[in-house]
Amino acid sequence: MSVKDKVRGYILENYLFSDDPSALADGDSFLDKGIIDSTGILEVIYFLEDEFGVSVEDDEMVPENLDSVDNIVAFIGKKQG
Amino acid sequence: MCGIAGILNIALDRNPGESVIRKMIAFINHRGPDGHGFYVKDGIGLGHARLSIIDIEGGQQPIHNEDKSIWVVFNGEIFNYIELQESLKKQGHKFYTHSDTEVIVHLYEQYGDEFVQHLNGQFSIALWDTGKKRLLLVRDRIGINPLFYTEKNKQLIFASEVKSIISALGHSPRLNSSALDQLMTFWSPVSPNTVFEGIYEVSPGQMIVVENGSLTKKNYWDWKFAEPDNYRTGTEQVLAEELHDLLLDATQIRLRSDVPVGAYLSGGLDSSVITSLIHNHGGVPLRTFSIGFDEEGLDESVYQRTMIDHLNADHSKIQCSNQDIADNLISTIWHTESPILRTAPVPMSLLSGLVRKEGYKVVLTGEGADEVLGGYDIFKEGKIRQFWARNPDSTFRPALLKKLYPYLDISKKQGAVYLKSFFGAELERPELPYFAHIPRWTTTAKCKEFFSDDLKSTLNDDVMDTISQSWPQQISKWAPFNKSQYIEAKSLMSGYLLCSQGDRMLMSNSVEGRFPFLDHRVMEFANSIHPKLKMKALNEKYLLKQAMKQYLPPSIVQRYKQPYRAPDIPSFFGTNPPEYIKELMNDSSINNAGYFDAGKVSRLVKKIERGRAIGYKDNMAFIGILTTQVWHDLFITNYQKNFS
Repeated sequence: MSVKDKVRGYILENYLFSDDPSALADGDSFLDKGIIDSTGILEVIYFLEDEFGVSVEDDEMVPENLDSVDNIVAFIGKKQG
Repeated sequence: MCGIAGILNIALDRNPGESVIRKMIAFINHRGPDGHGFYVKDGIGLGHARLSIIDIEGGQQPIHNEDKSIWVVFNGEIFNYIELQESLKKQGHKFYTHSDTEVIVHLYEQYGDEFVQHLNGQFSIALWDTGKKRLLLVRDRIGINPLFYTEKNKQLIFASEVKSIISALGHSPRLNSSALDQLMTFWSPVSPNTVFEGIYEVSPGQMIVVENGSLTKKNYWDWKFAEPDNYRTGTEQVLAEELHDLLLDATQIRLRSDVPVGAYLSGGLDSSVITSLIHNHGGVPLRTFSIGFDEEGLDESVYQRTMIDHLNADHSKIQCSNQDIADNLISTIWHTESPILRTAPVPMSLLSGLVRKEGYKVVLTGEGADEVLGGYDIFKEGKIRQFWARNPDSTFRPALLKKLYPYLDISKKQGAVYLKSFFGAELERPELPYFAHIPRWTTTAKCKEFFSDDLKSTLNDDVMDTISQSWPQQISKWAPFNKSQYIEAKSLMSGYLLCSQGDRMLMSNSVEGRFPFLDHRVMEFANSIHPKLKMKALNEKYLLKQAMKQYLPPSIVQRYKQPYRAPDIPSFFGTNPPEYIKELMNDSSINNAGYFDAGKVSRLVKKIERGRAIGYKDNMAFIGILTTQVWHDLFITNYQKNFS
């Protein structure tokens, strides 16, 4: 399963409680859509660290890295690359 | 307290069956196990379940006036009944009991509908004027005592609890989906709605008059704050003394009782104030009760011990475990008659059970201080957001929120962005009356993402419109802090804390609560002072601390305010999860009830089982869904079994 599929699946399952892929577009902002708030982001970081073996530093916890499926995929790619 | 019930045949053409009234009273026997009384005549039936506290021998209800033309059944206490009795006797009224109830009929004779303005107390009243064929249903100023009603087949059916009304309906009730929509935003339905379709509450501060076949509502009291150019004047010291004296009198008249009176002692400032006043001025031995939790973050035993030692109180404590929460949830929902979003009411039922077991049936508590005198974090949050709204680009101003929520301090940059996304909502509209409440309501409303498509299709009204229409026009003239106080008092306090977490949990064990901070004189004084005296910078209940600090240990006055909470999700997913979780939360049960999306609920439960539900949203959603399912099971699925 690709990184994108894993991330999409995780967000759908844990924040939208849905299995409908159309409920989330890859570019949807989690903040703008109210999907993830300031406590929810902790859960996302746990997931990324556990699933992809990356460590998310304090200064990396910014929307540019974490606020959409596309942003997370790019961020993971950068960390793993 | 007690329980009341009744039926009025609006056409007055026949009497309601006494057996129906008796059945209604049987359903609220827990509110008054000491005796039952009935009156059936001229098209009306009244019933009363008595918890005898004042005039044990002579206070049986219904009670009437001299010529038996006015009858009353009454739930609550009139604390100034001694002064009212004296005054009424001077005006020629003859009393046949020593009870507080009897002042009601004579006051009505003397002052008509204005009688209610003379009462200092907590009450729900059904008064029948035989001459005018006129029924009054009256509820106290802020809704300490419950009173519900419905109209069916030209009958007005009313009672202290909804279960009593259901017993007289003859059919299963239905969910009011709009009320659930409101509850899953504001924590309670907007008054007068209840979660039962067609069943309403008499709103706090309201009198309903039924006469000549029509029903009229009159609002006789509401929270009214001074406008910014009209605050009460006086030095801090003078105002603190005034508050002290008011609280002392409010406490002393709440000790009037022919049975022993105890007090809750949580270890917080508010109950410490009340217990200190009883200790110093009450003239009665101080008997206190508290609750402790296994989880360190929820437990306040250290502060309780400080106060017990300080006051040399005779104290009893009950320890509440996660298992206790799970074991008592269903009986709790039977009493709340409503879904809840946290389990906090459950331990309050265990605590009142302890009080009753120790031989007490009256307790004073510190309830209401946070609303009246400005203690809640939501007021601080509102104040910081107002401060921030003046300069939305500031990074320093929102950083003050970290004082309230230390976990937000993840990193400077992240903190700023995520803080702004959540706490920065509507920052450009600080004049909104509900400005302080936006973050809380937004989080709570996430519960509604689990609603089924069927339920969503029944929702036609915008909850924000509904609640906004319930506020008075003058709210726009009040200071932001007072706007927040009003909304907090009218929604969370009257709609949840005083009922689901208050009256219902006390009454589940036949215990009466009395609340000196909710004496209307204390409230009206507090509403008249400058908001900065309630919260100085971010120092909550500032004037109360000034008024009482000389009587309390410094560690109590200076302690960080800890909100009362109980274990939620962990109570249901430990080593011994209750069977009802599987029974009520499976796809089939969820689909049968029809309120929630079974697929989403299943994913939430799996997330919890994986230990991944850490946020408030998941917690509230789970407890809200579970307790809605329990509510459905008790009042709808098992209607025949529970009400036949």
